[in-house]
Amino acid sequence: MFTRIRSWGPPVLLIAPTLILLGIFVYGLIGAGVWTSLTDNVRGQTTGTVGLQNYENLFNDDTFVYSLRNVGMYTLAFVAGTLFFGFLWAWMLERGARGEGIFRTVYLFPMAVSFVASGVVWRWLLNSNTGESASGLNRLLDMVGLGFLQGQWWTHEGWGILAIAMPAIWQLSGYVMALFLAGFRGIPEELREAARVDGATEWQMYRHVIFPQLSPVALSAVIIIGHMSLKVFDLIMAVAGQTNHTTQVPGTQMWLKYTSGEWAEAAAIGTVLLLVVAVLIVPYLISTYRAERRR
Amino acid sequence: MKLRALIAGLSAVALAFTATACGGDDGDNTKDVEVFTWWADGSEKAGLDALVAEFKKQHPDLNFVNGAVAGGAGSNAKNVLASRLQQQDPPSTFQAHAGAELLDYIEANQLQDVSQLYKENGWDEVFPEDLIELLTVDGKIYSVPSNVHRANVVWANPEVLKKAGLDDKPAKDIDGFIQQLDKLKKAGVDTPLSIATDWTQVHLLETVLIADLGPEKYIGLWDGSTKWDSPEVSKAIDHYAKLLSYTNTDRQNLDWPDATKMVIDGKAGFNIMGDWAEAAFQEADKEWGKDYITYPVPGTDGIFDFLADSFTLPVGAKNEEGTKAWLQTVGSAEGQKAFNIKKGSIPARTDADPKDYGDYQKTALESYKNDTIVPSLAHGAAASVKWSTAITEAVSSFSANKDIEKLKSALVKAAEDNQKKQ
Repeated sequence: MFTRIRSWGPPVLLIAPTLILLGIFVYGLIGAGVWTSLTDNVRGQTTGTVGLQNYENLFNDDTFVYSLRNVGMYTLAFVAGTLFFGFLWAWMLERGARGEGIFRTVYLFPMAVSFVASGVVWRWLLNSNTGESASGLNRLLDMVGLGFLQGQWWTHEGWGILAIAMPAIWQLSGYVMALFLAGFRGIPEELREAARVDGATEWQMYRHVIFPQLSPVALSAVIIIGHMSLKVFDLIMAVAGQTNHTTQVPGTQMWLKYTSGEWAEAAAIGTVLLLVVAVLIVPYLISTYRAERRR
Repeated sequence: MKLRALIAGLSAVALAFTATACGGDDGDNTKDVEVFTWWADGSEKAGLDALVAEFKKQHPDLNFVNGAVAGGAGSNAKNVLASRLQQQDPPSTFQAHAGAELLDYIEANQLQDVSQLYKENGWDEVFPEDLIELLTVDGKIYSVPSNVHRANVVWANPEVLKKAGLDDKPAKDIDGFIQQLDKLKKAGVDTPLSIATDWTQVHLLETVLIADLGPEKYIGLWDGSTKWDSPEVSKAIDHYAKLLSYTNTDRQNLDWPDATKMVIDGKAGFNIMGDWAEAAFQEADKEWGKDYITYPVPGTDGIFDFLADSFTLPVGAKNEEGTKAWLQTVGSAEGQKAFNIKKGSIPARTDADPKDYGDYQKTALESYKNDTIVPSLAHGAAASVKWSTAITEAVSSFSANKDIEKLKSALVKAAEDNQKKQ
């Protein structure tokens, strides 16, 4: 009996603090949030549970559905953009570009700036005035003779959200580049040599040797960028403000509901967000778990 | 042995950490009065400082504690406040827009009736009757107003108006105003009317509603006696849409000072903004009546569209006597004078001496005394936070898609969702 406790007691004691803290502050609060979303909580006053009424209200609310559509478009653009630029830059550096150290720093640097700080600048860059009174990017386009490219940016109802993805891509591409660069460095030179000896063309080597080795890195990048993107809030608050219609996402909707005292609906939005992120992350966790078991 | 001691030590530390995270309350110092505001910088901070100096003079034995939360035009502060009230840890007193925005707190039983203070200090006599009526809920008053702003003010640049052959006289009504704007447009002024982000658009909408409906029907919008789907309201919204077509296209990118600056710089003819804009004209060294002119929004002559900040007595405030002392200073003639001269607003009391105030403020004081007072929508006096947020979202959506039928139905729906509660 004692020997048993001796064998599993210390490890349990060691992880107990983390378990308790995680249990209370992560899983306990998730539970509290889900519970709140099932009540009619208004500013902390509640008369009991209302089932899924709040979720029904949300999905009947045009603005919320629009915000889901927005965050979907934003995520697609953000993930595709960062993967494209991140891979391109990593590939160029990997080919032995001169001054690699400098470029690495230059590309990675935007990540050090907070979304709020860069958002304030992008708010000005993405001014929607055109023609004479244009400023920011529109002015620049006008000056270089590309005036026809001037746009409404984030004030456009259909595509506005994509303008918000621009600063996000600019900030995170360097990070994805660093991931890919690490991935490239992890591929032993011998593999490439072997491929060349077997008569593979450059493209075939990339297609059959390099890309498969990079796919775990790409998956990590998708997961990291994807979940950041679904939770977007600070960048939009800084660029467009909380009530701007064209840039509504679940994050801003949750803030607005909370401010209006609709705590239950705010909690419901939080739960929807959690589920959406879970759809993205849980398969990834399962696949890594399986891969580790196989080892 | 050593390892086990280490483990025991680590878990003890962790447990201690979890324990302190949940408990801990500093001993109450009954001399402290914590005043919760969002006045953290600029003229608002200067006003608060002046008010605190007066408070210290009147109540030297009490200790002022600044609980200001900056940012987001008060929305950050309101969310911090909401969670503090929820945790039964209210400040001694907090700032809130006088009027409907207080309803949320009143319904949640978070505020105490302060009408006794009104009787004791004779405030019933010095605050205007209209204002007291708007502040009263079921025969009780829950806050003391510290300052008053006027929302229905047109700021115009006479130089720009001259270009279109317009004189300094205000138009009679919104139709006349639209004609003026049209003349400016034809005379080559790109932006006849400058405007900024969402809430300034709500601000414009509210002044149009007042102008077209008149004070009684406008107030009726908020108590349900005026229907939001009535033809008059519909016409006002059409007017609003027409007015918006004369504004700058980058409105969503700007905040109110940018829009006001367009008038100061002569890029726009008119701007409709509350009278905090006065500070912007003063900073630019402009002279009232010469470099810029002001008058009530066309169609709202004789109406004072008010918004006011006020202070409250929360349920469970730690130092109730201290809070009452603070409210007494806020309502006193000296306190209101000290605060408002610095902030650029006017006192909520009608016994202020106009000599102490600037040229524009003199006109505001005069109207405040004589005009019909109606509550502002964009600034929390007319509708609850939930209702005004819904209206702001509808207006912001209209700014993007120009779908006027959608705007009308969204406004009707916002009223349906919220009217029962008021």
